[in-house]
Amino acid sequence: MKTPAVTVAWLVARRDLRLAFRKPSQLIQPLMFFMIVATLFPLTLTPELSRLRDAAPGVLWVGALLSSLLALEFLFREDAQDGTLEQFALSGQSLTWMLFAKTCTHWLLTGVPLALAGPVVAGMLGVPRPALGGVLAALALGSFALSLIGAISAGLTLGARRGGVLLSLLTLPLAVPVLVFGADATQRAILGDGIASPMYMLGAIAVFGITFAPLAAAAAVRIGLE
Amino acid sequence: MRAVLHAGGFCQHDDDLSNGPAGCPGGGIGRRNGLKIRRSQGHAGSIPARGTIPFDHCMLTVEGLHLWRGDRHVLRGVSFSVEAGSCALLTGRNGAGKTTLLRAIAGLLEPEEGQVRWRGIPARAQRDAFHAELAYLGHEPALKGDLTGQENLRYSVGIRRGVAAAEIDAALARTGAAAFADRLVRALSAGQRRRIALAGLLLLNASLWLLDEPTTNLDADGQQLVADLAAEHLARQGLIVAAVHHSLPLPADRLLGIELAA
Amino acid sequence: MNWVWFHRFGSPPWVYGFAQRWTPWFGGIAVIAMLVALYGGLVLAPADYQQKDAFRMMYVHAPSATMSLMIYTTMAVAAAVGLIWRIKVAHAAAAACAPIGAWFTVATLGTGMLWGKPMWGTYWEWDPRLTSELVLLFLYFGYMALRAAIDDPQKADKASAMLAIVGAVNVPIIHYSVVWWNGLHQENSKKLGSDADMAWSMVWPLLLMLLAFGLYFGAVFLVRLRAELLRRERNASWIREVLT
Repeated sequence: MKTPAVTVAWLVARRDLRLAFRKPSQLIQPLMFFMIVATLFPLTLTPELSRLRDAAPGVLWVGALLSSLLALEFLFREDAQDGTLEQFALSGQSLTWMLFAKTCTHWLLTGVPLALAGPVVAGMLGVPRPALGGVLAALALGSFALSLIGAISAGLTLGARRGGVLLSLLTLPLAVPVLVFGADATQRAILGDGIASPMYMLGAIAVFGITFAPLAAAAAVRIGLE
Repeated sequence: MRAVLHAGGFCQHDDDLSNGPAGCPGGGIGRRNGLKIRRSQGHAGSIPARGTIPFDHCMLTVEGLHLWRGDRHVLRGVSFSVEAGSCALLTGRNGAGKTTLLRAIAGLLEPEEGQVRWRGIPARAQRDAFHAELAYLGHEPALKGDLTGQENLRYSVGIRRGVAAAEIDAALARTGAAAFADRLVRALSAGQRRRIALAGLLLLNASLWLLDEPTTNLDADGQQLVADLAAEHLARQGLIVAAVHHSLPLPADRLLGIELAA
Repeated sequence: MNWVWFHRFGSPPWVYGFAQRWTPWFGGIAVIAMLVALYGGLVLAPADYQQKDAFRMMYVHAPSATMSLMIYTTMAVAAAVGLIWRIKVAHAAAAACAPIGAWFTVATLGTGMLWGKPMWGTYWEWDPRLTSELVLLFLYFGYMALRAAIDDPQKADKASAMLAIVGAVNVPIIHYSVVWWNGLHQENSKKLGSDADMAWSMVWPLLLMLLAFGLYFGAVFLVRLRAELLRRERNASWIREVLT
């Protein structure tokens, strides 16, 4: 009679998807933020596309990272405030699995749009057409890894004051590897080189994240609910 | 000397254990509500001696619970046990630790000393199994504002057990929430939300109900509803631990009163 | 095996007494070792072929860097012990370590900058070790910030313990990714350090300095640990006996 694990994950995912589509403005905000941040760089550096192209990996990834940090607020905070996260912890089902489902759904709702917007922004920064596919792939994988890492710090800051800024402070150092390899992949794509090597590293980080991040996030959430 | 309370009677243990009855007096007469627990300091005398209380009758046992929140020693050696078909009522002033005790029993808070036993086994050792038999209704009815009452229950109950739409509708009807079950919870009053939460409680089919002020925001009908649901639950041999400000109108021999001092 | 001595470390009064007794020893030997090592490094060791006397900064820079990493590991281990076995003293130890580790990281960065000037001509270069140290500093800050932001002390202990463990697992990953990143841009790959094999006369002051820094950390850590225990256990009865 107890619900099997796969159904639990599916229900949690569906619930989050349904909630997200009832409040679509929450989804648009991180995306808008990404685009605005990306626009700030040409305004502060130079309008020349050839020079912007050099800065493009940095602009794309810093913008993506900051926008992901903003979006991480939506992962646990509301559920923690209205008591539903507590009910997840009391359900007798694996909290790890449920949080993994939540994180994946969160990535679908925030990371994927970011990845899709990436080529658009990259084009505005002078990145050549052939490179745009690589930009999308790197952002998709990198944002997934960022969501996993962010879930841990989101769980840890549940009980903290001014959680939003603290969340960013905690996540940024942990996100350095993702940034390094993601930006490298983007740079190689722009230069026309193969992006396999840094993509494998991103993939390795993502796999490492899938293995440990939900566990750590579940432990962090239980601590945060005390 | 320290009092160990369990439903159906009042067992008092002297240091020489000469007064302790041999077992749970099955249909014993309940005494007055509002029995005080002595503030024991968590030394060895807190644990009931074996042979005086048969643990297989006492489904939920709390032994010598000590808990600090920051500097405050909130729970000081709380001990009691509840058998099937009985209800423990936690009373006390604001800040006395009723919510803390409920959360400690549920496993959301870890006590510094002492333990909670469910069916004789420490709850911490069997967390998922314990939680599967447990339903916790906190201050906030745990409902998502952007979903309807029906959808909320479909998910919150669905992750615990498979439940059909008809069952959900029946439960909502029982708690008088059928009329507004398809409106977004955001648009409902606090009392209406609580009725939906009560329907969720029914649907979980849990043995142990942990209720934190279940009658909050409810009108007179609602309060009677809670009493009826509680009585039905006890009749099914379920257990209840409830933090209340006023007593629940339940048969006295099924009630155990525990007053927490601030 | 007799584990009693080990269990004593879980008792705040015993640890307090231990810290009180051993602090002067750690501190005294640390000072002596530092003086000897300084003499050995600044006076006795021959000047480096390429860098002349500038390389002597290594005698402070390298041990600081090692200490900053070692303290983070210690902090993470203490935090894990506190989390898994629920030992309060371990949480106090982790809290005591953090500011010391952060200062050692600052010292590493500072001496790195001072060394960089004669080496590279600028105060700052994005070389892999300095960049890793900078990220390590952010990890320390994050730990201390999380502790400060959670009001409930038990919750703060547990949450920061989790963060310390997660951070410790990530430090090698971060370091490797920074090394990778640095390797991509070849022109910046000058590292702080001596290229040639070092003579023993150059090496022994370094090792002695490392030992001295370790003992110094021990002394300061024990003092901070006592302060932490006093603060956490201020309502306990053993405190009154200790303070009279």
